[in-house]
Amino acid sequence: MDSVLTVEKLTMDFGGLRALSTVDLRVGHGEIVALIGPNGAGKTTLFNCITGIHRPTRGGISLASPEGKIRRIEGVKIHRVTEMGIARTFQNIRLFPDMTVLENVMIGRHCRATAGVLGAVLRDRRTRQEEEEIVENSHAILVKIGLAGQADDLAKNLPYGAQRRLEIARALATDPFLLLLDEPAAGMNPRETDELEALIVRIRDEEGISILMIEHDMRIVMSISDRIVVLDHGEKIAEGTAARIRENPVVIRAYLGEDFNA
Amino acid sequence: MKTLSEFKKSFFIALWFMLLTFPIMVIRVNPIEKVIEWRWWNMALVGIGGFLLSFVWRALLNRKERGRKPAPPTISPEPSPCREERTGAGASGTGNEGLKPVAVKNPGPRAIVGQPFEESRLYRPALAAAALFILAFPFVFSSYQTNIMTTALIYVVLGLGLNIVVGLAGLLNLGYVAFYAVGAYSYALLNHHFGLGFWTALPVGALLSALFAILLGFPVLRLRGDYLAIVTLGFGEIIRLILENWNAFSFGPSGISNIPRPGLFGIALSIHAATVYLYFLMIALCLFTIFVVSRLRDSRIGRAWIALREDEVACEAMGIDKTRAKLTAFVLGAIWAGMGGVIFAAKTTFINPASFTFLESAMILSIVVLGGMGSILGVIFGAFLLILSPEYLRAFSAYRMLLFGTTMVVMMVFRPQGIVTSVRRVYRFTAKGKGDAPAQA
Repeated sequence: MDSVLTVEKLTMDFGGLRALSTVDLRVGHGEIVALIGPNGAGKTTLFNCITGIHRPTRGGISLASPEGKIRRIEGVKIHRVTEMGIARTFQNIRLFPDMTVLENVMIGRHCRATAGVLGAVLRDRRTRQEEEEIVENSHAILVKIGLAGQADDLAKNLPYGAQRRLEIARALATDPFLLLLDEPAAGMNPRETDELEALIVRIRDEEGISILMIEHDMRIVMSISDRIVVLDHGEKIAEGTAARIRENPVVIRAYLGEDFNA
Repeated sequence: MKTLSEFKKSFFIALWFMLLTFPIMVIRVNPIEKVIEWRWWNMALVGIGGFLLSFVWRALLNRKERGRKPAPPTISPEPSPCREERTGAGASGTGNEGLKPVAVKNPGPRAIVGQPFEESRLYRPALAAAALFILAFPFVFSSYQTNIMTTALIYVVLGLGLNIVVGLAGLLNLGYVAFYAVGAYSYALLNHHFGLGFWTALPVGALLSALFAILLGFPVLRLRGDYLAIVTLGFGEIIRLILENWNAFSFGPSGISNIPRPGLFGIALSIHAATVYLYFLMIALCLFTIFVVSRLRDSRIGRAWIALREDEVACEAMGIDKTRAKLTAFVLGAIWAGMGGVIFAAKTTFINPASFTFLESAMILSIVVLGGMGSILGVIFGAFLLILSPEYLRAFSAYRMLLFGTTMVVMMVFRPQGIVTSVRRVYRFTAKGKGDAPAQA
């Protein structure tokens, strides 16, 4: 399987603190990869390095687009990374609270549209057409995610689970081929988690989007991920299928402490 | 029991106020007779007033709290019933395109207007009446009144311009007056040295303001919130100090006089005619501003600005070029200030740095905040309220700043979103929208 994302020997220092140390990671085309690890293991830092929020101290990140173009993306600006085809959600929900659900998704379409100030003022045919496309695309995504009924509600008035799904919808609107989900199931009840699980699989199967997700809910991690990568103290300590990871004594020790005898 | 505690609370508040105002309200030193007057009567008045007002204050606060309650976030993942209500009200969509933007009042706290104003039956007659009033105004009222109105209209344009920066993009700009000054001085100086006319100076002034905005914006827009506010505040002061002290360039505090009024195809106008002409010019500029700003707000660019205001990091992660969006907002805001400045110079025919103090920036910002951030109608109301009321309430001129302060405090406590809440666009999907299953997953 060809890789979509390849992270090589990535190191990230914050002053004297080494948050990530020579981490290697690969996400194959159409794969669901889960990134797990105890709190403070560096999972979100890795996400931030990939999406351009942090510039890694050392190491390389390269992205292979579906057309086969390979680009290095370490240190590239955040919005450029999104344009290249990586979309993400946030651990602590970061929607635009005072915009409607539909508008939130429409923001995701921003980087795929071109209308400028002049187009906005003159509202020529091309701009109108583009706006219509944005609205219709966004609405179609809401239908897919199951939020079309709340399209006109303000994002802040949505229930928690729906807000998480809206974040995914917004990310999908940027037309990514790689989706990074930062704890998508956090704070969800079991039913919502089941729905989310189905949604993630559906995104992979129907849209052909590869997925890298950080998740603490082991049920969802074990059931849908093709591969699991375990981080601890900024280092990759294990990688493999769900069954292998479950048995791995190093992983168990990282989670449960030094004294635990498996 | 509850009323007793309420009384107790009010009593202590009254007591506190009596104590607080004791030195200024009660004691008066009479330097001529060298005696101290004790005006106990004032203390009693403060006590009674404080006691009664505290009840009103609490009642209003309670009402505000209650107004908030009916919109708690629902916990069930089922679609909320709101949608039903909304699809029931108002115009139907336009079939095929399935896309009809309709302005709907923000369903936040206190939705006073049930249906959107644009859909109400009063909308067209109100618009017609307003148009008639605007057209007839300079012929019915004196040129003094027309002059005041023109000033108010300049502030409407300035408010709408600042609204792009502060209301939409959420960049707190405390030095907006600097761009206004750039516009005014570019007309005055270009006219003085090169004899440039008003109509040439208008776009030139706007462009120069835009240029200054770019020069300031590039290094500064990476700053956030408070830091940006401080830097823009400094910028406003720098521009004013340069104008005040660089005599060779700007003629210093004595200013520039004899700036010509705008011409009308070379016809010489009497002062009254010129006033009326300027008034209609300002009306035209206002309409143009409203048109441009509302189109910008409802566009891809405007959405990006609002998103930027809401969450910068998420905005960038969604592929929006933060620097570019900020700079566009900053520059577009400056363009309106520049045009306002040119017109201001032409209207007063004399400018000096005293017209461009920080107080002016604060006033324009107050217009935006009081009117309602991001709302065009609100900013227009705000401008008229803040600029016209001091003119018509000359009798209270000694208390102007006191009233201004009180209004601001009361507004921010009871209606922080401004007079008019900004409107969120709603898109309707008639054909496709209905069949959506709420949860397919």
